[in-house]
Amino acid sequence: MSTLAHAPASLPDSHGHFGQFGGMFVPETLMAALKELESEYAAARADASFQAELDDLLHNYVGRPTPLYFAERLTSHLGGAKVYLKREDLLHTGAHKINNALGQALLAKRLGKKRIIAETGAGQHGVATATVCARFGLQCRVYMGKVDMERQALNVARMRFLGAEVVAVTAGQATLKEAVNEAMRDWVTNVRTTHYILGSALGSHPFPMIVRDFHRVIGVEARRQILEKENRLPDMLIACVGGGSNAIGLFHAFLDDASVKMCGVEAGGDGIIQGRHAARFQGGKLGVLQGTKTYLLANHDGQIELTHSVSAGLDYAAVGPEHAYYRDQGRIEYTYATDDEALSAFRTLSEIEGLIPALETAHGIAEVIKRAPTMDPSAIIIANLSGRGDKDVAQAARHILGEELKF
Amino acid sequence: MLENRLDQTFARLREEKKAAFVAYLAAGDPTLDATLGLVLALAGVGVDVIELGLPFSDPLADGIVNQLAAQRALESGTTTAGVIELIRRIREHSSIPLVLFTYLNPVYTYGFEKFHADAAAAGADGVLLLDLPPDEAAANSELTGTHGLRQIRLIAPTTPPARMRDIGSQGEGFIYYVSREGVTGEQSELATNIAENVAIIKSGSGVPVCVGFGISTPDQAAAVARSADGVVVGSAIVKTIAAHGSSPDLASLVADFVRPLVEATKSV
Ligand SMILES: Cc1ncc(COP(=O)(O)O)c(C=O)c1O
Repeated sequence: MSTLAHAPASLPDSHGHFGQFGGMFVPETLMAALKELESEYAAARADASFQAELDDLLHNYVGRPTPLYFAERLTSHLGGAKVYLKREDLLHTGAHKINNALGQALLAKRLGKKRIIAETGAGQHGVATATVCARFGLQCRVYMGKVDMERQALNVARMRFLGAEVVAVTAGQATLKEAVNEAMRDWVTNVRTTHYILGSALGSHPFPMIVRDFHRVIGVEARRQILEKENRLPDMLIACVGGGSNAIGLFHAFLDDASVKMCGVEAGGDGIIQGRHAARFQGGKLGVLQGTKTYLLANHDGQIELTHSVSAGLDYAAVGPEHAYYRDQGRIEYTYATDDEALSAFRTLSEIEGLIPALETAHGIAEVIKRAPTMDPSAIIIANLSGRGDKDVAQAARHILGEELKF
Repeated sequence: MLENRLDQTFARLREEKKAAFVAYLAAGDPTLDATLGLVLALAGVGVDVIELGLPFSDPLADGIVNQLAAQRALESGTTTAGVIELIRRIREHSSIPLVLFTYLNPVYTYGFEKFHADAAAAGADGVLLLDLPPDEAAANSELTGTHGLRQIRLIAPTTPPARMRDIGSQGEGFIYYVSREGVTGEQSELATNIAENVAIIKSGSGVPVCVGFGISTPDQAAAVARSADGVVVGSAIVKTIAAHGSSPDLASLVADFVRPLVEATKSV
């Protein structure tokens, strides 16, 4: 089945709004490029040859479809709902991020833009972007906070081997938000030649829509697979939420299935203490940041607050606007996992299933660990195993074993 | 009788056949007290309009000079209420037109309408929100209630001609034409197509067009003044403020830097 063909077109509306969220809150210099991207995307979506090329590469280069794996030992360990894991960790480059990076690289080709920029937090989006740029012969520059470069050094090295230039961003707290600011500044300056491959369901319209659509395949596959295996729909979907791309990718194809509950898991950091977490739906308020209107962490004066998470990919002050919409609608529930809970889930999944998850992903697994035991053994959970944890072993060794690994 | 100081100033300059000189500075850099002195000193050397930056933590349309200024301003304790209070203090001494220049989030958080009401009551004349394009302003009912403050819109070189005319025709106060693609900051060379694009904007609009982004020398100011209704200088002034931030003569040193820029603007 073609990847994009059945994406429902009702949201966002023609202004890029999801209800009161989303929109195009950008400097005027970018408006023309965003509108061009929107119309080129609409054309691509309707173009069978674009679909065919995307589907072929997703299959042969990226490794789709990914398995829906029944985590039998985790299920019996938890003693409740049956737990299935959607194995995005098996994709080329090790996380879901490449679904979007590949789709947008194909869009850049259509737009005739040969220079690509991206931001990255955990480095997975940066690696995915560097990978597709190598594959298509595009020039690639990735902005990354200096703090994140240190805690995700493995991915920095990967990007460099893939031919990308990695630029350290030192402003502010030197993490994902600052990397986005710097990428936006580059884009404002080089917009005629450059496409910005944004890495999550974030930012100005049309990015939240495009990123969602390229990840929607996750849920489309999972829905078909669970019907094949269990002959029924799941009761609960669980995914971690940074900007929200892996979560909306899993959830979207199930939104019309009223019996399927969904839970997004944000980064609780050291607990919900100002400046020590990144759970926008806990301590956040409505505002506008980096192109979109959504929930974000800001002080009483609208200045963006510091965030903290052990996982670089969730350590960000704003949440994707579509999540804000479904949260207000009551369709999706949002909770959080603390650093300690995520680290403990990282261990549990590694030891019981032989799957080392990314620290981002471990936040979702932490919620599975809390929730499955409270559910009936006939119930089914699908959790998104959004990425594998190779990139995080140094971090985990420091936090869990108290050891500094040297490579 | 024109009520708004911006409108009055541009009407007078039109009669005098002179371009406006618009100076940008970050409120609270290095302190709000210093900003008061700076604004009055700039008014004293013939600056026509002041753009007062309300600092934001994530100024993604700004280059490094203005980013650092916003950071210093926030570190010195500058708040939205503090900047509005500064306007009130400026008004005790000067009637120079004042435009608040910032990003949407601080304004949205304060309350869009309340911000405009309080700023208007304090004596502001216009508001420029870098990340609020007219499309969003029109599409969001909660972004209304401007209390007579002129909503200054941006036009960029990437703006298609039809959209240039469209934004121009709905313009208030003045149109800010961003002379080149990029963030705020000095440039050694001016963009080449300024006159052409100013002419396109003006073909659909009676509102004055001021040009900024990258202007830092008297020669550049004079060149822009030939084709536009106003010249905006920002980063070059902010950089001068940064260089003399702790000097007791800050205001007069900055005024000395700005005087030749004003003179060049008025020379054509
Ligand atoms: C494996 C993995 N999962 C999840 C995320 C969080 O992003 P999003 O919420 O867009 O899925 C990241 C981001 O870096 C990631 O690398």
